Amino acid sequence: MKGYRKYFGKKLAWFLITLVVAVILNFVLPRLMPADPVSAITGKMAQGMTDASAVQEIYKRYEAEFGTNKPMIEQFFIFVKNLFRGDLGTSFSQYPRKVSNIISSAIGWTIALQLPAIIVGWLLGNLLGALAAYIRKGFDKVLLPISLFLSNVPAFGMAVTLLVLFAVNWKIAPIGGGYAFDMIPNFSWRFVKSVISHYQLPFWSIVLVSIGGQAVGMRSMSIYELNADYVKYARFLGIKDRKIVGYVFRNAMLPQVTGLALSIGTMIGGALVAEIIFSYPGLGSTMYSAVTAADYPLISATTLIITIMVLIVTFVLDIVYGFIDPRVKAAQFDA
Amino acid sequence: MKNTLRQVFHSSKFLVGFIIFVAILLTMFIYPLINPGNPLEMIGVGTFARPGTYVSLYDAAKTPTETLRLADADDKRLAKQLSDEDRVAMVEWFSATGVDIEGLDISDTDALLELWRANYDPAVKPKGMTQAKRNYYKRLDAAIKEVGAADTLIIADTGEGGALEKQGAITKTDYVNVGQVANVKILPLGTDNFGRDVLKELVSAAGTSIVIGLLAGLVATLIGLSLGLLSGYVGGICDDIIMFITNIFTVIPGFVLLILISYSIGQEQRGAAVVALVIGLTSWTWTCRSVRSQVISLRNRDHVNLSKLSGHSLFRIILTDILPYIASYVVMAFILQVSSGILAEAQLSLLGLGPKTTEVPTLGLMMNWAMLYSAHTNGSWWAYFPVILTITLISFSLNLMNTGLDQVFNPTLRD
Repeated sequence: MKGYRKYFGKKLAWFLITLVVAVILNFVLPRLMPADPVSAITGKMAQGMTDASAVQEIYKRYEAEFGTNKPMIEQFFIFVKNLFRGDLGTSFSQYPRKVSNIISSAIGWTIALQLPAIIVGWLLGNLLGALAAYIRKGFDKVLLPISLFLSNVPAFGMAVTLLVLFAVNWKIAPIGGGYAFDMIPNFSWRFVKSVISHYQLPFWSIVLVSIGGQAVGMRSMSIYELNADYVKYARFLGIKDRKIVGYVFRNAMLPQVTGLALSIGTMIGGALVAEIIFSYPGLGSTMYSAVTAADYPLISATTLIITIMVLIVTFVLDIVYGFIDPRVKAAQFDA
Repeated sequence: MKNTLRQVFHSSKFLVGFIIFVAILLTMFIYPLINPGNPLEMIGVGTFARPGTYVSLYDAAKTPTETLRLADADDKRLAKQLSDEDRVAMVEWFSATGVDIEGLDISDTDALLELWRANYDPAVKPKGMTQAKRNYYKRLDAAIKEVGAADTLIIADTGEGGALEKQGAITKTDYVNVGQVANVKILPLGTDNFGRDVLKELVSAAGTSIVIGLLAGLVATLIGLSLGLLSGYVGGICDDIIMFITNIFTVIPGFVLLILISYSIGQEQRGAAVVALVIGLTSWTWTCRSVRSQVISLRNRDHVNLSKLSGHSLFRIILTDILPYIASYVVMAFILQVSSGILAEAQLSLLGLGPKTTEVPTLGLMMNWAMLYSAHTNGSWWAYFPVILTITLISFSLNLMNTGLDQVFNPTLRD
């Protein structure tokens, strides 16, 4: 078990270090901006007021509330302390709603959409890629150019195309949102049905985009492995084809898992933008409305949550990788 | 070198990608020569004019006419004038009066009109139909009859005292040659929400986006390459520090950093070049990691050791003994960086964090505008679909070139 423990320990340490850096960056970067967010919100609140001392008073009140009147270091410690209590501050644009409140109502939608979509896209893509590598002629010729082309369609482009085809032209899917606009979230059958019908287009647009890239990667990895010496050697030994194919695909899968871990951030970023197209009530749309409203506590909170999500997924993938990678396994027996 | 190039151009994938990319580049250079002017000029006053040829009505009325007697002219005119609502209303009338409409297609104007002429009777009062509705049918019938009758359109202008003075008359058989009309504007992709020529804007936007991609790719590759070389060749504490930073920034999504930095910079300072720079600054980690691993495998080769023994400087060893061996790799990484830079700009702009909107159009900004004015829900496909297609084609061609290069330089990947 020592090999595993060492591997996990190392991965966990990296996870924590990255988390700390991410939190620091998340705190510092928005505070480097030239404009003063508090004066912006004061300006909005004090619209039409002529009494300068009243405006001054409002400014001071907000400064105290958001804590921007304290030195940077102190602000940082307050920020971290609040973070541990799950307090991400107060939203500017939806004042006095708490940012954590907004985020928690959005995060479930995003996870429910993106996690299954990326997993399904990854599995389907790898399956198609492996098939293309194994069957080659004909199948490969048709599938490869299509996959290459599909993998280059930006996620938002796929989203718009699906939306226009299925929702606007053929009217077999709703235009946008997470559920019908006349409903209140509950667990009735009608609501669940509405959620499922609104789920289809965003889901498939993410799946279709990720299939292409994964299929192309898996295909070339499989071809690479199929040409490897150990395959030829196994053939000489007379090992059954089926068994060899099993080995080959297992080996080809390993880089695909690493590839997923490395590209998960990019994929989530693309999918978040696709959310905007469907006005899906997830983090992507939240971020969009935060940017348009110049709501900087909300922006920094969404980016932080997204970073943490990506970090967790990467960490989990690293752990999974540890279980399936024979080299990590070998280290266990060495010890 | 010459041999390598020949090999590269023998790869069909590289060639196809290269041809697409060069075609896009050529369009960007040649199209502005054919259709010069400011791509952001708002020529249309309304939003989203359909693609097509626009003929000035004023000039057409004053152009000498020819008389053409075309048999199907009336039918075409009628087909154009009958709106979808009118057609549906006609079918409603048929069903209200019990006319057999089996197999009737409402887009088939001839059949619809034939049935209408045979069956419509203003005296009939279908059950449950209001007076207003019956009057609507009377007007519709009158309109249909009117198109069939011969009449002329009088052109008049206001003379002295405000009275209309007849200037000329247009009959239904008058035709003008489009070539003789003084003002004809062809808008192959219509206009966008601001009334700008979409094709002209698209060509200019594709150019800006490619420049942003190239700049971002250049910055990312330069940073990645120099850090990778330093960390791989020098090693030691230098390697540790660089790899520490690289590992952290590979996991923190570049997209998030991009949003934070772009937002912090603020709308005013965010020109196209600044956006490109920021994209480059957040996407160098890939290049750095792979350059480092390549350099480590090269570091102890004989020719490098020989060079070291000959007392060559670090700079010279890197330049002559290491760089040529990883050049193909760096070029491939650069191509991928360009393609992801273009995509990153588009995504940033869609979020509303793109370059300043007043100076240049970019593909992402065009997409953002089209979405803001809901081109996708009101059927104005020309405002967004060409943009998506352009982004896809650019990145498709770049990736094809990359795959082709990969197969040339990594023989194990060859099919």
